[in-house]
Amino acid sequence: MTKSILLVGVGGQGTILASKLLTIGLMQEGYDVKMSEIHGMSQRGGSVSSQIRYGEKIYSPVIEPGSADLIVSFEKMEALRWLEYLKKDGKVVVNNHEMMPMPVIMGVADYADDILDEIKKACKDVTVVNATKEAEKLGNGKVMNIILLGSLVKAMGLDDIDWTKIISENVKPNFVEANLKAFEVGKTLV
Amino acid sequence: MKKLMTGNEALVRGAWEAGVLVASAYPGTPSTEILENMTGYPEVYSEWAPNEKVAVEAAIGASIAGARSMASMKHVGLNVAADPLFTFAYTGVNGGMVCITADEPGMHSSQNEQDNRMYAKMARVPMIEPATSQECRDFMMEAFDISEKFNAPVLMRMTTRLCHSKGIVECGDRVATAPTVPYVKNASRYVSVPANARVLRHDLEKRLAALAEFSEETPMNRVEDNGKKIGVVVSGMCYNYAKEVFGDDVNYLKLGFTYPLPTKKMAAFMQGLEKCYVIEENDPYLEEALKVLGFGDIVYGKNTFPYAGEMTSDVIRAAIGEKPLGTLEYAKDKVVARPPALCAGCPHRGLYYELGKRKNVMVTGDIGCYTLGFAPPYNGLDTTVCMGSAFSTAHGAAKAFEAMGEDKRVVGILGDSTFFHTGINGLTEALYNNSKTVNIILDNRITGMTGHQENPGSGKHAGGDPANIIDIEEVCRALGAKNIKTVNPNDLKQVKEALDWALALDEPSVIITKWPCVLKKFSDKDKSDFPTAFKTKNVVDWEKCIGCKMCLKSGCPALAFNKEAKKAVIDRLQCVGCDVCSQICPKQAIGKEAK
Repeated sequence: MTKSILLVGVGGQGTILASKLLTIGLMQEGYDVKMSEIHGMSQRGGSVSSQIRYGEKIYSPVIEPGSADLIVSFEKMEALRWLEYLKKDGKVVVNNHEMMPMPVIMGVADYADDILDEIKKACKDVTVVNATKEAEKLGNGKVMNIILLGSLVKAMGLDDIDWTKIISENVKPNFVEANLKAFEVGKTLV
Repeated sequence: MKKLMTGNEALVRGAWEAGVLVASAYPGTPSTEILENMTGYPEVYSEWAPNEKVAVEAAIGASIAGARSMASMKHVGLNVAADPLFTFAYTGVNGGMVCITADEPGMHSSQNEQDNRMYAKMARVPMIEPATSQECRDFMMEAFDISEKFNAPVLMRMTTRLCHSKGIVECGDRVATAPTVPYVKNASRYVSVPANARVLRHDLEKRLAALAEFSEETPMNRVEDNGKKIGVVVSGMCYNYAKEVFGDDVNYLKLGFTYPLPTKKMAAFMQGLEKCYVIEENDPYLEEALKVLGFGDIVYGKNTFPYAGEMTSDVIRAAIGEKPLGTLEYAKDKVVARPPALCAGCPHRGLYYELGKRKNVMVTGDIGCYTLGFAPPYNGLDTTVCMGSAFSTAHGAAKAFEAMGEDKRVVGILGDSTFFHTGINGLTEALYNNSKTVNIILDNRITGMTGHQENPGSGKHAGGDPANIIDIEEVCRALGAKNIKTVNPNDLKQVKEALDWALALDEPSVIITKWPCVLKKFSDKDKSDFPTAFKTKNVVDWEKCIGCKMCLKSGCPALAFNKEAKKAVIDRLQCVGCDVCSQICPKQAIGKEAK
């Protein structure tokens, strides 16, 4: 049974590292895995996505609209933007964090106050996590991505994989401890 | 050994295993990570070349000397590199040579979606199109063998999704000894004067005939016969999309070696089919070949599938009239676009802010992060054509305005890496032909947009070893520029004065804005040259802020407007204290955060 996970956010938020760790774990678990990202221009503060598909045999690395089992969004507006990709019975894990797009900064568009409500209206299974605040509590705002990875693992029931080993082997030595802590925090949020 | 690899990483792995010794490239999405990854293999000499033409020429030199070599670039890079490739097709190789082109269906990070498969046909070089990361590794290894066996440079055609998608790759070790071919002087082959070329022209045709036979036999071109009456002919990433949609309900002709095409195999595949879908991104390359073979009446190609964009599974479904997967209903009207923007602390901001105030100027831009200056609030560009075009386009426009008797001034803008790429030729043009253009070089000490690759001005080689710094100001002076000013772009007064000075001149001028990219990992030299850079944070004093929103015109993503308080706020996580907003504020309400 093929599963599809969409990680979305704003360029610079660390979706790429989170998806990298996820795919390594899935491969070690014996799944066929494909992952697709778009690098380049959109990374400069634009909307970004990492698409992960795993199962027995995977052909396309690209998730079709209406086929994602889970969307993990690093930012509120991005969750709403990508909802079209979610299965009708799919789940959303969304970081309760706002980043203002340039049209809002320029005053030509509004960042609505009820984005979370809109997501909940459309989708039955929504978990709001305060990953950015939890990361700041840990003393390093940047580990927000690994907190969300922890939440993702919990949401997809992938707890059996040895994530401690995977994180330890694949992040820079100085950041292993902080990331392991962040991962554990993330698991408790779902 | 199994590894998860992007197509780009797998290409490099295959080349390394096959014993490549020299790799050259110019960065460009989606090809950049190819050379970046190669720097991790110490047995290979890897380098950033100033542009794609130079990269291909360097790889040609290495091949003629007897080593296996490669050059990699994005699709438009091959336009720059086409000249040497076409000649090299005639002379043939010594050591195997592979040229990687990364096409961009859907234009995620590009200005067009040209189909570089046409280059294989036009240059008469064999072409390979992998479909998965595993094939990237396997086919790359085979490409070197093909190159040497058939005496031809090989074009490896990638696309964005293949470059940037990961899949599991079974890989091996590097060959014990890198295969090399002894160098023997052979001027009648490698000196491409007409007398030699006329001989080689016939030789080339013989090689192509042999390659056409190879194309029929190679397992890279394979049939999946599911005993159906509907067929799919497909190459590259489209194979995966098609498998998602059709599964085993159709027969497949999956093509991996696509020039010369296996026409006999194609014709045999078509026999007995009632209908054949040809699914291709960009141009109808396979479709046209099938039509020439006489199967036009059962081929469903661009009359069914879109002529542009990626042929992802949902696109295929829609094209063949299948129902789309069900999606949720949600408040799409509340989704605000999030276009890419110059980062907080970007050194291009100060220049665009000041330039935006100028009237009666035309601004010709170029390819890099600074292309984003076209967007609001700067609206700072009139044109962007291609890499390195800013100064030459500016020059031509200035000469035309002069000829038409108009007093409009023209300003060209490009970055440091772009200057070395081909911008230097445009400046030569402007100086030689005495154009009164203002030529601005945004020197942020790195190749920015593609993710921080070294360049001839940055002081490091591709792998990070120290390199000679080619000083841009000295280069401009050597070309004959008399009017050169180097400014700190975060100092708006300096920028304004430089623009006043340049626009008052009746001859060409050069303004160099020199400040490192905010995302750059600082070298020791950067640390000593820019000791104060990005060390502080700006903060808005709400006592002084009158809510005029002037600061927002800086277009900085760290700034926002608090609607309740009617005051500007700065996101301290993003702010790096560049002070551009504080210089714009008419009430001096933006200061430094206390340490």
